[in-house]
Order: sequence, then structure tokens, then C-alpha cells
Amino acid sequence: MPKDNGIGASPKRREDVRFLTGAGNYTDDINVHGQAHVHFLRADVAHATINSIDTSAAEAMPGVVKIFTGADFAEVGGIPCGWGVTDRHGNPQQEPRHPIIAHDTIRHVGEIVAAVVADTLEQARDAAEAIELDLGDKPAVVNMGAALADGSPKVHEDLTSNLCYDWVFGNPDDDAVQAAFDSAAHVTTLELVNNRLVANPMEPRVAIGDYSRATDEHTLYTTSQNPHVIRLLMCAFVLGLPEHKVRVIAPDVGGGFGSKIFHYAEEAFCTFAAKACGRAVKWTSTRAEAFISDAHGRDHVTKIELALDADNNFTALRTNTMANMGAYLSTFSTSVPSYLHGTLMAGNYKTPIVQVNVKTVFTNTVPVDAYRGAGRPEATYQLERVIDKAARELGADPVALRRQNFITEFPYETPVALTYDTGDYVATMDKLEQVADVAGFAARRAESEKNGKLRGFGVNCYIEACGIAPSNIVGMLGARAGLYDAATVRVNATGSISVMVGAHSHGQGHETSFPQVVADMIGIDESMVDIVHGDTGRVPFGMGTYGSRSIAVCGSAMVRATEKIIAKAKKIAAHLMEASDADIELKDGQFTVAGTDKSVAWGDVCLTAYVPHNYPLEELEPGLEETAFYDPANFTYPAGAYACEVEVDPDTGKVSIERFAAADDFGNIINPMIVDGQVHGGLGQGIGQALLENAAYDEDGQLLSASFMDYAMPRADDVPFYQVDHSCQTPCTHNPLGVKGCGEAGAIGSPPAVVNAVIDALQSGGKNVAHIDMPLSPARVWAAMNG
Amino acid sequence: MYEFEFEKPSTVTEAVAALADEDAQALGGGQTLIPTLKQRLAMPSKLVSLSGIAQLKELSGNGGMLTIGGAVTHAEVAAAAAVSYPALADLASHIGDPAVRNRGTIGGSLANNDPAACYPAAALGSGATIVTNAREITADDYFRGLFETALEEGEIITAVRFPVPEKANYQKFLQPASRFALVGVFAAKYAAGVRVAVTGASEEGVFRWHEAEAALDASFAPDALDGLSVDAGGMIGDLHGSKEYRAHLVGVMTKRAVAAAG
Repeated sequence: MPKDNGIGASPKRREDVRFLTGAGNYTDDINVHGQAHVHFLRADVAHATINSIDTSAAEAMPGVVKIFTGADFAEVGGIPCGWGVTDRHGNPQQEPRHPIIAHDTIRHVGEIVAAVVADTLEQARDAAEAIELDLGDKPAVVNMGAALADGSPKVHEDLTSNLCYDWVFGNPDDDAVQAAFDSAAHVTTLELVNNRLVANPMEPRVAIGDYSRATDEHTLYTTSQNPHVIRLLMCAFVLGLPEHKVRVIAPDVGGGFGSKIFHYAEEAFCTFAAKACGRAVKWTSTRAEAFISDAHGRDHVTKIELALDADNNFTALRTNTMANMGAYLSTFSTSVPSYLHGTLMAGNYKTPIVQVNVKTVFTNTVPVDAYRGAGRPEATYQLERVIDKAARELGADPVALRRQNFITEFPYETPVALTYDTGDYVATMDKLEQVADVAGFAARRAESEKNGKLRGFGVNCYIEACGIAPSNIVGMLGARAGLYDAATVRVNATGSISVMVGAHSHGQGHETSFPQVVADMIGIDESMVDIVHGDTGRVPFGMGTYGSRSIAVCGSAMVRATEKIIAKAKKIAAHLMEASDADIELKDGQFTVAGTDKSVAWGDVCLTAYVPHNYPLEELEPGLEETAFYDPANFTYPAGAYACEVEVDPDTGKVSIERFAAADDFGNIINPMIVDGQVHGGLGQGIGQALLENAAYDEDGQLLSASFMDYAMPRADDVPFYQVDHSCQTPCTHNPLGVKGCGEAGAIGSPPAVVNAVIDALQSGGKNVAHIDMPLSPARVWAAMNG
Repeated sequence: MYEFEFEKPSTVTEAVAALADEDAQALGGGQTLIPTLKQRLAMPSKLVSLSGIAQLKELSGNGGMLTIGGAVTHAEVAAAAAVSYPALADLASHIGDPAVRNRGTIGGSLANNDPAACYPAAALGSGATIVTNAREITADDYFRGLFETALEEGEIITAVRFPVPEKANYQKFLQPASRFALVGVFAAKYAAGVRVAVTGASEEGVFRWHEAEAALDASFAPDALDGLSVDAGGMIGDLHGSKEYRAHLVGVMTKRAVAAAG
């Protein structure tokens, strides 16, 4: 019988009541008394010098409060990059200034050139049209290969080139790696593109800056996944404000997928402008602005080579990747193609030699940063595609080739710096073959062929590293932030509990799942527990939600804080029952003295803590509130195997996904329903990347897919009903809940399965197609079939 | 959007008078115009809504002719023509999304003449007559290229008359993002001959594929089209498909339309 409460139960998401009935409180729902509105004049060319900006006519327009240009921000800092990567020669990455408003030079379409603050948004827009810009054309740098060529125009004149860093990871000995390839029985090579994506959360970004002259305090309301990170970066690096005078509130946030991790210019602008204007300043992004101002994702071009011996064992892997940074370094941009990508290149396999080479490149495009999976999908895609290609070249079964090379003993030290603590890749593959009904595929293919369709089956494995940590190690690797998290458990006098967490829920369902843990530990009903998140004024300093870290890192902090609560409560209970606290047991919300029938209820202990009449005051402080900071000992390593079945219409190239099965090992699971939902959402985005989504630029640096008319988002009828199984569970060995994280798995694990399936379908139809770059649009599939 | 005046007349005569103002613009269902205004890509001095004119909301069938008022929505056509002209009803039922179908009008679609819209294919493929406040225009004379039509300034589509064919079908291959027609083909068989109209594909907008019509006149069957193809030269090539791909799809979709028409 499934549990109806606590860890392992699937209560419906309590936050959905307000989301589904229009009672949510999103940032745009917030209006501050007397607020003005800002409209950003954004660059419509990719690269230009700003010879002059004449705002005089605009300033005289009705309702205009103040107009800001780059000159107004010359004295404040630029947007910082949160990770400094050291290149193969020991040199730091090239790190250009990232201004709040373009100063002297425009470097991408969408960059802010001027900001008009006015009484109404329409007045601000009217005035922006009256700003006269005198621009000097500069050639746009768009293609990464061309950007790295000698003599290329530079995105940043003050840097030596368009190369941000040239990085090597794994085995840096070129000769040793080459020797492994020279002695291989077979080498498979694949060149591929990991397509640039726009995150497109349902809620566009919003920022409201407010300032109190009375208290000299700033409040920033913003659509953020990590309000404390925003406060730290904005205060310490950009505006030079004391943190205790700045409160950052991220209320209900309608999806982020990574794009709301980063500190954006608009946040610093609204904070700065509120004080400068003496009024709150509000900005709500339009969807059109989002396409050209939210950080994009992916955009890697890779050559990958896999060496195998005569028995089909993987002997070496080498990759050469160019990764697009865009025009400036967004907050975690440089970590994505390096430490979040190179460390995953071993995948689920015991390849002894791995060398990862990455060049990151500046171009006149929107900055690129983490998007659901962040580096790990790029690694998984390359690896799982080249393995599939190798299997075809060798005439091997793709599943058998993978099984043969699986890591089977744990802990396992990879050649790319990680230690996988636990996993069972054979078990997830066994489960996948069962869930995907591999046995029935031949019959399904025959049925498709009868209808004139080509049917293909594709499989891939993935490993993910979640909850990036520990802080001291990632600090050595270049992280400029800690990666712990924090929770404060505040027990009220009548026994209900508020848990203030550093994680931020913007679709993950924390408000439902986190209370399940605390309630389970104490043995009370989860309705007695609420979490508080998204407000630096109310929660301890936490690092927010991204990288599938929330339950593994913040959840662990919450467990530690709850353990402190329980330990203290036992002392109080021991006092009440005149026993030793070592003899107190807590079960189902009752404290009992072991071996006796003496007991005292949770609520009585809580009341005693706050009304300490009968209380050991000389030994114990009153009250029941504890905080814990938790810094994990290691990453967690969710892993799994995915299978996709497609039909291809040979007349049109249209791909339809007929079946998709996922077998994941997430370790222990708090709320299976929420985990299903996370996987479903990730699969939708992975399938979107594989078949539909493409942020394409022309050679002038104009985004061709700058609206939903040309940027294809996955819709309900683009995806099948999924078969999702997470019954394979090897608990994480180093966190108290044994959890691993599940937020990104679907997006990491699905693109190669889709592409592998399409290639299988085409080859079954006699088409000699070895690879098609994503998205596998009908036009691209047809062109490949008829190429 | 910029500021504009708004009028909602109740007769065609009043609407024509209101549209006489410089930079006045007729407003049908607003499914294209309103987003355009929101992006400040148009600056009409006045919007003249046609949705209050009862005459434009009429829909009638009579002796093999279906007459649809200019302000009839796609959803209304989908419901009302289901028996009298099922191919047209089916086309209307797959335009855009529910909001578009319940607000967008046939007159608005034909006046806009988006090169990837569905209705131009139906009108041209049916040899329809575009009836305006001033005259009647045959579909063959009406469509003049991308977003270009024979309409004069201030001229209002009051109705569209569709001769009902013996059999017909519309096949739309979706552009993956917008779900407009990447290529859409309307094939209709009349006693006087077969008509094949193609939308989405050509740089000149909706067009008739005369070679296919001739072949289908001889034999209204998919294999009558074997060996026929349109010239890729005049096709649209963009992010979603090359000229060659669109030319290929014209052949595929035409065969499918003929097969489905029965």
C-alpha cells in the first residue's frame, strides 16, 4: 500500500492550488506605490561603435522621468562572471567588461543601449523612439570557426583575440592519447553540433527596483532561481552596496531552466535607477525581448573520436569542442563547457583514457550560459552518438556494446576527475529493455513498414553530476562561489513548522516535497510543515536551485537542521519525563522513554520550549529553532538508460516519436509523482532540442528564430505518453537522504536516443545516413535521405 | 501599440465612410493586426471594426454555391460548412489555434493574404469569387503576391462565394514553429475541370499548379501526378525548408490531397 504521507508518498502539489486558480504571486503581479516603468532601447545590430546618443528630444517627451545611457554606469562595476577557468597553459580566461548599458560599443542584438524611465510604459516606449543614435558599423563575428581564425574582427578590441580560453581536461598528454588511437583496432569519428537553444520559461523575466530614503534600503523583486546569489553579485561586484541594505525577493517564478540563475543587467539597472529616480522602477520583459536578452543555452561544435580494441572495448576517447560564449561572459558561462562538461565525458563507461579539448569563443551573439543540464547534455550527446555510430560501423548491437563497456564496480574513479559513489548501469539497462518492450519492436517495425513508414529504435545511457560540490574543490577549479546550501527549521509554540530554505522552487514542487521530509523525520502530518523560500530577508544564505541540487544539498541542510531540532526536543522531553535524553525515542510525533510507557507528544514539547516553566533553563536555551549549512562531500550521480522509438515519413522526412521509455536511478525518492513530472518535463525539452528548437543566427548576427513563429517549442502533440520507471535505486552514499536529484535527467538523456532512433529508422529503409545535426526537422531529415 | 481612434459601424456603408480617413485600417478578427500593433509595427490612425456589421456575418448555401460573409469566423465555417463543403470546413477547423479560429475571419485572412495562410488556397482552389462593397473579383484576379491583393484602399470584403466541387481536399504540411502551412495544397474537382492551389511554398504567394490540374483532368488519381514537379526556382527557402524541399512537398501534398479527396 503506497504511503500517503512523508518520504515516498505522492501527495498532490499543494502550490498548484494557487497556480491553477490564478492566485499565484509572480513578480509582474507586484506593483509598488508610485512606481515608474522602464523601457530598454535595445540594439538592433550585432556590432557597432556608438558614436553618439542624443536623448534631448526624448527627455522632453511627456511622462519621462529620466533617461540612462552607458555613461551613467561608467562608475559602477560590470556584470561579473562566477567562474574563472585556467587554460591549458596555466593562464586565466580572457574576461571582458560586461557593462549594464552598452558604452562605446554594441556587441549583440538585444544589448541595452539606453533605458527610458517614465510614468507609463507607453510613454517610455514613445520616448525611446525619439532617441537619436549615431552608430558606426563594425563587422559581426558570428561563426565560431571564423571568430578563431587569424585576422578575424574582434568582439572585444581590448582582448587579444576572440578566444576566451583553450582548455584541456582528462589526460593532457597528446602523445599518449594519440598512441592509444594509433594502436586501436577501430576508431569511430563523428562531427556534430549541439544546437543553440532559448530557454523560454513560460514567465518572462521581470525586475522591480525599490528604494527607501527613510531607511536607505533597497528591495529588488526579480524572477530569480537564487536570490542570495543575485544579492551577492549585485552588491559586491556591480553596485557596491552593503548587503544588509539590500533585500532580494524572488516570489512565484514561472520556470527558469537555468536562464534565471544569472545576474542580469536589468536587475542591477532597476536597483540603481530606483534610487536615482526616487521612485520604484519596474521592467517586464516581452517575449520578443526574452529571445534577445535571456542567456541562451548549448551551442557547441564538436569532433569526437572513440578508439576500440579488437574485442570492442573502449580504449580511448578524445574530443575537440568549440563552445560559444556569446558577446559577454554570463554568470556561469565559462563553467558549462569546462567543468560541467569535461567531467562527464567518461559517461557510464570504463574508457581508460579520456582527453577533452575545449575552446570557448566570443561572438556577437546573446551570451550563452547554463540551460537544463548545462554541459552534461552536451557531453552525453557526443558520447552516446559516437557509441551508436561505432556500433553500426562494427556491426555490433548498440545495447550490447554499451553493456560490455559499463562501469560495474563502485566507487569508480573516472579519468576525468570524478568519483562515482554508486550506481548500477546494468540494472537500469535491464529495466529499460523491459519497460521499452524491446521484444515487441520487430512487430511494431513491421506494422510501420506496412503503412509506408520507417521505424527506428534508439537507446542511450546517461550519467549526470548533480549538486556540484564540495565548495573547496570547486573553488580550486575556479568557482567564485560556495556551493553549499542552508535551511532554518523554525518550530512554532504549537508544533507547526516553518522551514526557511536557500533553495528556490520555480516549478520543482519544493513546497510539497520538502515538508514531506521534515514531517517524516518527526512523525507528524506534513500539513504542519511549510517552507519559506525566495526572499533574502527571510531565509538563510543559500545558493538557490539549479543543477538538480535542491533536495541533495538544501534538502540535506534541512535534514541536519531537523536533526538538531529533534536532539534538542529530546532533551526537553527527557526533562519533562525525568529521564535521560539518551533513552528518548521519537516515533509518530511521540517522545517515549525506551522500554517504558511514558510518553510526551511533539506539541507538548514545542509548547514547553516556548513556555519554559518546567524547563532546564540552566542547561538549555528556550525556543526551538535551528539552522544548518550543508556542503556536500561529492556530487551525486543519477544515471539511467533511455529508449526512443520513432516513425519517419520517407516522403516528407517528418519524424514522429511513437514511444519513449526512461529507466532512471535517482537514489531514494521523496515524492515519486513529482519525480515523474520532472522527468516528463525534461524529456519534453530534450525532445524539443532533438526535433524542433534552434536559435539560428544569420551572418550579420541577427537572430532568425526570434519569436515563436520561427522558434519551434515542443507542444503536447510532439511528444508521446512516456513510460518512466525509477525503481532502480542505488542511494547516494554521502548525503543523509540518499538522494541524487532528478531535474535535468530527462533533458540530458533524451536527445541522443531520439537521434539514434532516427538514424536507425533511416538505415532500416536503406538510407546510408550516419548523422544528422539537431534539430531533426522534416527538411533536414528529407535532405539527409536525399543528399 | 500607438494610440488610434476606434469605430464599430453597423453597416457596410458606414464602414466604408469610416475607412475613408487617411491611415484608417479595417479590423476583422484582429489575429494578425493586433499582434502587429502591439509590436508597434503599424500605426493606423483609426481602426474600423467590421464585427458589428450583421450583413458580414451571414453564411448561406444555395444551388451548389456557398456564400460566406466576410466577418464569419473560421470556427463558424468549420461548423456550418461541414456538410455542404466538408473540405473547406476541414481546412477552417485546422487554421491556427482555438483563439484564432474563434476570432479570425475569412475576410480578414483573404485581405491579409499571408503567403502561408490556408484560406487563399481554398479560395483559389475553388475558383471562388471575392465580393466587396464595390465589385466582384475572381480568385484568379484577386491574389497578387505576398500580402498583396486586388483590394483598393478602403475596400471591404463583404462575402466570398465558393462553388462547391464534386470532391476536394486540403493537405497542410506544418511549419514546425508557427504551424502555418510550410506547404498547403487544395485540390478540387469540378465538372469544368480540376483546380490545384498551393500556399506556403512560393515567393509569389498562393498559386495554381496548372500542370497538375491538366494531369488530373485526364485522371483524378494520385499516380496521374507521377513525374510532375514544380520548379524549385520560385519557391521560398528559409530556416524551415529549402526551395527544393518545398518544391518536393508540393508534389507530395498534392498527391495526398487527391488521394484523400477520393
